[in-house]
Amino acid sequence: MYRKSLSYPYLIWAAAFIIIPLLFIAYYGLTDKSGAFTLANLAAIATAEHSKALFLSLGLSFLSTAICLLLAYPLALILSNSRFGRSGFIIFLFILPMWMNFLLRTLAWVVLLDTNGVLDSLFQMLGLPRFKIINTPAAIVFGMVYDFLPFMILPIYNVISKIDVNVINAARDLGANSFQTLYKVIFPLSLPGIISGITMVFIPSLTTFVISTLLGGGKILLIGNVIEQEFMKGTSWHVGSGLSLVLMLFIILSMILSSKYDHGEGNVL
Amino acid sequence: MGNRLIDLQHITKIYDGHKVLDDLNLYFNENEFLTLLGPSGCGKTTTLRILGGFETPDEGRVIFSGEDITSLPPNKRQLNTVFQKYALFTHMNIAENIAFGLKISGKSKTYINDKIKYALKLVNLDGYEKRMPDSLSGGQQQRIAIARAIVNEPKILLLDEPLGALDLKLRQEMQYELIRMKNELGITFIYVTHDQEEALTMSDTIVVMNQGYIQQIGTPEDIYNEPTNAFVADFIGDSNIFPGIMLEDKVVEIFGIVFHCVDTGFGRNQPVDVVIRPEDVELGTPGTGTLDGVVSHLIFKGVHYEMEVTACGREWLVQSTKMHPVGEQVSIHVDPFNIQIMNKPESEDEEAVVLDV
Repeated sequence: MYRKSLSYPYLIWAAAFIIIPLLFIAYYGLTDKSGAFTLANLAAIATAEHSKALFLSLGLSFLSTAICLLLAYPLALILSNSRFGRSGFIIFLFILPMWMNFLLRTLAWVVLLDTNGVLDSLFQMLGLPRFKIINTPAAIVFGMVYDFLPFMILPIYNVISKIDVNVINAARDLGANSFQTLYKVIFPLSLPGIISGITMVFIPSLTTFVISTLLGGGKILLIGNVIEQEFMKGTSWHVGSGLSLVLMLFIILSMILSSKYDHGEGNVL
Repeated sequence: MGNRLIDLQHITKIYDGHKVLDDLNLYFNENEFLTLLGPSGCGKTTTLRILGGFETPDEGRVIFSGEDITSLPPNKRQLNTVFQKYALFTHMNIAENIAFGLKISGKSKTYINDKIKYALKLVNLDGYEKRMPDSLSGGQQQRIAIARAIVNEPKILLLDEPLGALDLKLRQEMQYELIRMKNELGITFIYVTHDQEEALTMSDTIVVMNQGYIQQIGTPEDIYNEPTNAFVADFIGDSNIFPGIMLEDKVVEIFGIVFHCVDTGFGRNQPVDVVIRPEDVELGTPGTGTLDGVVSHLIFKGVHYEMEVTACGREWLVQSTKMHPVGEQVSIHVDPFNIQIMNKPESEDEEAVVLDV
């Protein structure tokens, strides 16, 4: 009984700040202004503008997650595998930007990528073609990768550095060359880290509206921007909630898919 | 035991300026159970890692069937290792673990399946193909690690303290299992341990190591009965090691008392170390032995009693099936055959001299 009572504050917290807000979203999402039940708010995703925003969000999130993975995996591998004495310091360097405000970091990229900004000026000075990616999807992907890369590196690094060195030695001992050891042993064993890295990059990328607002110049609408406008511009909380529920569905789907893949891989040679 | 299979020639390995192995020379025969025995830090594991290809020696060569394999990577060597903590692939089931090496060398499916069956039978785990490593006990995981290594038909199996994590009963069981497997496979086992009992039980040959040097090479009987120096005597089994003076051939003086022994060739009035195994000290009624003493400690050990007898101001460790209570006056007698004479090292360092084998 004593132990159970210790968990009450957390239960109250969870109820007040997680469950009740979710129920509110669900209530708003499934009712119209008069409070009657409707699926129209969910169906609102089907409008051309909304579905375009959703697919763009999915596409950009997918791309930035893939880029993060491609950048993070080799780095995590090098840092955890070699007898690299300073690996802790390098990991620290990658985490350091997280100490700064997220908005500030993204704003810094505006200054860097802007027309006549730092990079553009540098390109002009060197006589290269103009560097104009601000207000394009590419700039948004840039921002996503920069902001979320540490969330990919950390879990993968953690998992790989915990692989027993003798397991890797055993693979070599049994005749596997470095490449075979990587894809038959190290990669499958690091899947849990990859999965949590993907989740931690994909979900914030899918729901972001700050990065797209700042680096997209308000011209590119992601699903996060659409939902934000429904709430902030006072259009309709009901439609905003409905779209949030749809987005949640995609997130849950992606989590189920990734965890399925994690378990599935375990039994495949 | 057959021909020479692998040769370590003048191996030196330095870690952070510290010589872990210093000019080590050792060879291994076909179909031999050889144990590298020594305290932690003696270089035994480094020797094994050099054999396995996980370390490159700073000096010296590794010769395998006449071929220099010093810088050959582990995956190109015809030997397999059983690691200390099993090192199974936790993302694969037992069959996939065992098949790992065979799949890489491109063996056919039927061959692999036959091999898995054979290996599981050899380690007494038939029917475990579909289990995951995490669902097995430590002893079972160790058997799988052995199975995974031996299906590749290595000429040599390297075992790095494979029984270290198991409890006593299981360890003793596995010792017999390993001997059986070795005899069935007819290959060389090179076994690393710090457990002298394990070494005595299983080995054809024991190599006692300390501080990067080989102290003694011999059969378990040789090592136990004829230790070449005080380190070996102390490390293998319990022993009384006393300073003595060799008066002449076959006569040694310990604490001013003359004992007869069978050793010769030490010269006259030469300081020596005298080793007497506790089970070789015979107790009797006072006045009937070489010297008298008083029992000061008594412990019941199951098979025998262990006693300490104070005589000439020193404690004598005695093991006997006959109990003598604390305080009893006893005499001490040692058969000349059971007194082991060893040259005294000039200094502490010299305890670890290289021996010519």
